Amino acid sequence: MLSRLANPARFMRLSGAVLPLLTAAAALVLLIGFYLALFVAPPDYQQGESVRIMFVHVPAAWLALLVYLLVAVASAVALVWRHPLAAIAAQAAAPLGAAFTLVCLVTGSLWGRPMWGTWWVWDARLTSVLVLFFLYLGYIALANAFDDPGRGGRAASMLALVGVVNLPIIKFSVDWWNTLHQAGSVFRIGGPTIDSSMLVPLLIMACGYLLLFSTLLLVRMRTALNERKARALQLATAPAASAPPHASPVPR
Amino acid sequence: MSAHLGLLRRELLLAWRQGGEIGLALGFFVLAVVLFPLGVGPEAEILRRIGAGIIWVAALLAAVLSLDRLFAADHGDGGLDLLALSAMPLEGVVIVKCAAHWVTTGLPVVVLSPFLAMLLNMDTAEMPVLALGLLLGTPALSLLGAIAAALTLGARRPGVLSSLLVLPLYLPVLIFGAGAVEAGVGSTGARAHLLLLGALSLAALPLAPLATAAALRQALD
Repeated sequence: MLSRLANPARFMRLSGAVLPLLTAAAALVLLIGFYLALFVAPPDYQQGESVRIMFVHVPAAWLALLVYLLVAVASAVALVWRHPLAAIAAQAAAPLGAAFTLVCLVTGSLWGRPMWGTWWVWDARLTSVLVLFFLYLGYIALANAFDDPGRGGRAASMLALVGVVNLPIIKFSVDWWNTLHQAGSVFRIGGPTIDSSMLVPLLIMACGYLLLFSTLLLVRMRTALNERKARALQLATAPAASAPPHASPVPR
Repeated sequence: MSAHLGLLRRELLLAWRQGGEIGLALGFFVLAVVLFPLGVGPEAEILRRIGAGIIWVAALLAAVLSLDRLFAADHGDGGLDLLALSAMPLEGVVIVKCAAHWVTTGLPVVVLSPFLAMLLNMDTAEMPVLALGLLLGTPALSLLGAIAAALTLGARRPGVLSSLLVLPLYLPVLIFGAGAVEAGVGSTGARAHLLLLGALSLAALPLAPLATAAALRQALD
């Protein structure tokens, strides 16, 4: 499967066929999710209506972690097998992951103000997610810091692998330290402690986020491939265009 | 082994004879600490409470500032290629270079810290905890910093970039280092923080050179 997709032309053909379906699915699921989250799900008995921030905040946090994992796995594949699409996938996914992390931080801050009475606390969960955001920024900066994009991609891939140590810290920060942020209530031993009237909209929103991410990832990967093709064409035609027939061979 | 010692001797001699660089990093460290009383006001009580944090932050910044000394010069003049071609494993070269970096930046910071703690009005009893924390934590700073220094070799703005890469990785060291003093002298909290600091350095000792050597190999490709 992976090696079959290594051919960029085949990838372009396949992704071009899948993309309209994926876009429609993402729009549909997100619409249903927003409707359920904003109108159908009951208000919390303590938090009132502000609990609806959860439906934006929690899936963004899940995606922030999931995308980093994907960046790291794609980086490993790119480093080990020199899979041509893996590096492109990792670099296309990183800004999306940074965006999800930012959404998670901002909505968390907006939610924290009415519930905790503060925009921000320096507890382990919040700090480790902020570190994740900086890891994303560092990855993006490093990938673009070299004149040779291949070298930048390889350096950034190694950074992504080093940054993986942060993922378990984020996941378990609420269990290891006594944080203001609540402990996980969905993925835990003994089943979710959240009522199904809220869990179902939450999971639908998570599916919507995942579909949205997949759509944007494919679009970004196709754009990157097209850019690469355009650059190659430009380079191929450049000498003919830039050297007029009677130009002097020695620069003066 | 003798090759490693020879390399260590060379690194230390170079750092010593180009003394300006060690002096610069240490001068920066002291100045950064001195800035805080001027910034937050000279009230003794406040300074005593945030003293350990200030010294740790300044130690972090001093370590970041001196990172480009690790590989950049050798990369520029081709010495790094020779080291990579030598019989020594590249991981060993990295450990030796990190050791030299620690001796020239980490160790002086440890030695200076009690004097700076005095400037910040910290308790005499807190000074050993602070110094011990720095002694245990600064090797991790050199080792983690080497990864960033190797990754940014040949980048367009290596200095700014490596600080962006490495400061997030330094956060655990800062948290446990400042936390050891915060937890109170002689408490089990301080002991736990110091043990974690030591664990960070010990975990970085084998792992960071592996990552650094891999980064160096692809930088030399």
